[in-house]
Amino acid sequence: MSSLSILAVLLIAGVVAYFVGRIRSVKVCKGEQSTLHSRPTYHGFYLAVWTVLLAVFVLTVWSAAERPVQNYLAMKKMPASVLETSDAQKSLTMSVVDSIATGLPKLTAEEREIVRKARYGFVTPADARDVLARHGVILGSAPEPYVLAAADDLAISRALAATILPIVCFLVAAAGFLWGYTRLAPKLRARNIVESVMRWGLLAASTVAVLTTIGIVLSVLFETIHFFQMVPPQDFFFGTVWDPRFSSVGRAGGAQGQFGLLPLLWGTMFISIVALLVAVPVGLFAAIYMSEYAGPRVRTFSKPVLEILAGIPTIVYGFFALVTFGPFLRDTGAHIGLDISASSVLTAGIVMGVMIIPFVSSLSDDIMSAVPQSLREGSYGLGATQSETIKRVILPAALPGIVGAILLAASRAVGETMIVVLAAGIAANLTLNPLEPVTTITVKIVSQLTGDLEFNSPQTLVAFALGLTLFVITLGLNVYALYIVRRYREQYE
Amino acid sequence: MTDQAATITPSFGPGSPATAKLRKRHAAEKRFRLYGILALLFGFMFLVVLFGTIISKGWTAFVQTSIHLSIYFDPAVVNPSGNPDDRDELLRADYTKLARNALYKVLDVNTDDRKERRAANDLLSRGVDVQLKDAVVDDPSLIGQTREYWVLASDNTDALLKGSIDRKTLNERRAVSDQQIVWIDQMVKDDVIEKRFNTGLFVNGASSSPETAGLGVALIGSAFMMLTVALLAVPLGVAAALYLEEFATKNRWADIIEVNINNLAAVPSIVFGLLGLAVFINFLGLPRSASLVGGLVLSLMTLPTIIIATRAAIKAVPPSIREAALGVGASKMQLIGHHVLPLSLPGILTGTIIGLVQALGETAPLLMIGMVAFVVDYPTTPLEPSTALPVQIYMWATAAERGFIERTAGATMVLLAFLIVMNSVAVYFRHRFERKW
Repeated sequence: MSSLSILAVLLIAGVVAYFVGRIRSVKVCKGEQSTLHSRPTYHGFYLAVWTVLLAVFVLTVWSAAERPVQNYLAMKKMPASVLETSDAQKSLTMSVVDSIATGLPKLTAEEREIVRKARYGFVTPADARDVLARHGVILGSAPEPYVLAAADDLAISRALAATILPIVCFLVAAAGFLWGYTRLAPKLRARNIVESVMRWGLLAASTVAVLTTIGIVLSVLFETIHFFQMVPPQDFFFGTVWDPRFSSVGRAGGAQGQFGLLPLLWGTMFISIVALLVAVPVGLFAAIYMSEYAGPRVRTFSKPVLEILAGIPTIVYGFFALVTFGPFLRDTGAHIGLDISASSVLTAGIVMGVMIIPFVSSLSDDIMSAVPQSLREGSYGLGATQSETIKRVILPAALPGIVGAILLAASRAVGETMIVVLAAGIAANLTLNPLEPVTTITVKIVSQLTGDLEFNSPQTLVAFALGLTLFVITLGLNVYALYIVRRYREQYE
Repeated sequence: MTDQAATITPSFGPGSPATAKLRKRHAAEKRFRLYGILALLFGFMFLVVLFGTIISKGWTAFVQTSIHLSIYFDPAVVNPSGNPDDRDELLRADYTKLARNALYKVLDVNTDDRKERRAANDLLSRGVDVQLKDAVVDDPSLIGQTREYWVLASDNTDALLKGSIDRKTLNERRAVSDQQIVWIDQMVKDDVIEKRFNTGLFVNGASSSPETAGLGVALIGSAFMMLTVALLAVPLGVAAALYLEEFATKNRWADIIEVNINNLAAVPSIVFGLLGLAVFINFLGLPRSASLVGGLVLSLMTLPTIIIATRAAIKAVPPSIREAALGVGASKMQLIGHHVLPLSLPGILTGTIIGLVQALGETAPLLMIGMVAFVVDYPTTPLEPSTALPVQIYMWATAAERGFIERTAGATMVLLAFLIVMNSVAVYFRHRFERKW
């Protein structure tokens, strides 16, 4: 019985307990509901909570602990020759054991007997391998008897756990139910108890966001430290050559790649700068027009339409840049004698710039609209035209907020992936020419992590170091932007 | 002195420097205003160009060229043993040959000429056998009979009829030879070749030839992921928002959560992919390419969006209602369950849909967890390998064959259609149900 079906049964039991609790509560007050402290519904919930909560807790802990405990026990029984090998080798052995153990239950009784004989050396391991292959467990070489022994024991203990777990869960549920049932009484403060359980539930839900952040930081940091054990940090942060080569794990003296961050960082910055050169003037002027000139009708129409630009999935922009905008720029360049490659800084930068226009325009618009009317009127009173008022009064007053908006847009541009994956190119160039392709941090994260993964090669782990760099950069930009925006808002409130 | 007075220009009135300066200032005013209009128009124009190119490139993907053939299910080819119950034989038979034979008859091909035969073969899709095989396996009594079928033409034939292959290019440099063009034109005249609605685009799985590639697996994968997000991120997000708005006292912990959510909303999506790879796949041992993992990652990603939207909706419930409920003796939980949640439901739904829209269009984190997979068969559970709609677009966009560009644009149209529908529902909810207090 899988954990999910146990959970489903427990939930059904909870519903039953709810109705039992309701009926029982009416009975214990002998039909006079005014003598009950809490209404029957809460008695129902009270009983359901006692029935389900403990059992689900047991189920969760068991499911989380089962695998590691079993694997640990299996590993302990391995011969010394295996225990002396490296961690990578051990996990490889364990994965073979795991796949055999997963396949064993599919075998018929006779076939299982063959495997068992192979375990004790009555038949050759090759026979066991053939039997297993018939059921989709393909092994590279004939398994050692100790591997078969471990797998056999593992399969038995798994089967045992699978029978015991539902029994334990249902016993706990029954015990909880009985305990709750005996406590049902008119004076029971069922509502308060149920409400405090719910409150704890809400608190738990709100910590998921914090756990996610901790998860991001820990997981990325952990793999990054792993990476820095293989490649020194100064080579990563100050290296000017990006040439990771192919994974060379297990091959002594294999090609050691070079993991210089600088070309990627420059590419990311270069494209972001081009994007901001498009987005800042366009977004700012659009915001000025919407907040200062446009009537309410144009404003209510144009703001959401402009925001569509931020709602279009970035893969769509990437595709557009790849098949339409890149070739268009290349052909235009050819006309006027410029050699623009189809995927260049310019292509990716301009398309990305369009994508982040709304990030600049919407926030700037809000901030400019928040500048008090008295400042405008004071300026008009001195004889300034509208544009002079905007340039000399509104923009300086709104400047911190606008800078915040631009920083937020910049952080979006730095973290953007799909446009650059499709339109920026993959060669890590340190170039100042916007007509050439460059590559970015995000592109390299994607290219290092698609395909076969080995979690112990620097070629894979470097993606996490890149991810951490990206996370720190965007977090810094955001925190600073929010700080600026918040400080500015306090001025007028 | 009097001379000097005559040369002094008047300080106001026509021709005075002030007037000239004023004119300049007014011109600057007009220019400034024009820049604003231009900026807005630039944004609008880009939208129009973007949608225009995608639709003009993509609409042809919704029709696909098929050839009408009367197929003779030759027993010698399909079932040489003569035993129609031998499923293995039926599954292994060379159905392509049946379609080719039928085509030779239509085109009057000289079957002894190998070159000519090959040229005719190239008119048919490499996937024709699947259609015929399914028909025979379903109903073995077809063997020995002749039936009419519309079978798929190859992507080059399709491209020629859709006009994306230029007939004027030289024979050697064209993907379709002169001989093939003659045949195709003849079939067009005989009405045995036509563009039919492309259901394959919506039901087929991955394929290496564009004409048989479809979004079926991607649609199912995306549906599983949306389901996961709806079942996981929505209850968690609403619960978290309720706690923060209704219970959290202004203390350190609440501050930490608050700052956290704001920053989490701005973390690049690709970093969530790294989290998913490290935690769900490497640490918890969930399978790669599974839509469950994709759904989990997208849930974490959309959680801040849903929390922020829900908090705004809860905040909009006026204090008078809270006070009235508390005044007649409701507990905090009763206040929430009976009043706050029902009243803020439209806002919560809108926020939820916006979160789902964001999740549906997201590609980058899914690349990290191995959703870039060649999946032919429909996944039946969220634990089986599948792809997602935007990932399928990415894979087709990077495919080499020309036919895939049309498919990519078509798939993009499908994705955008979903997003537009979902956004419209959100806008409808906002207008129809949201109350102004």
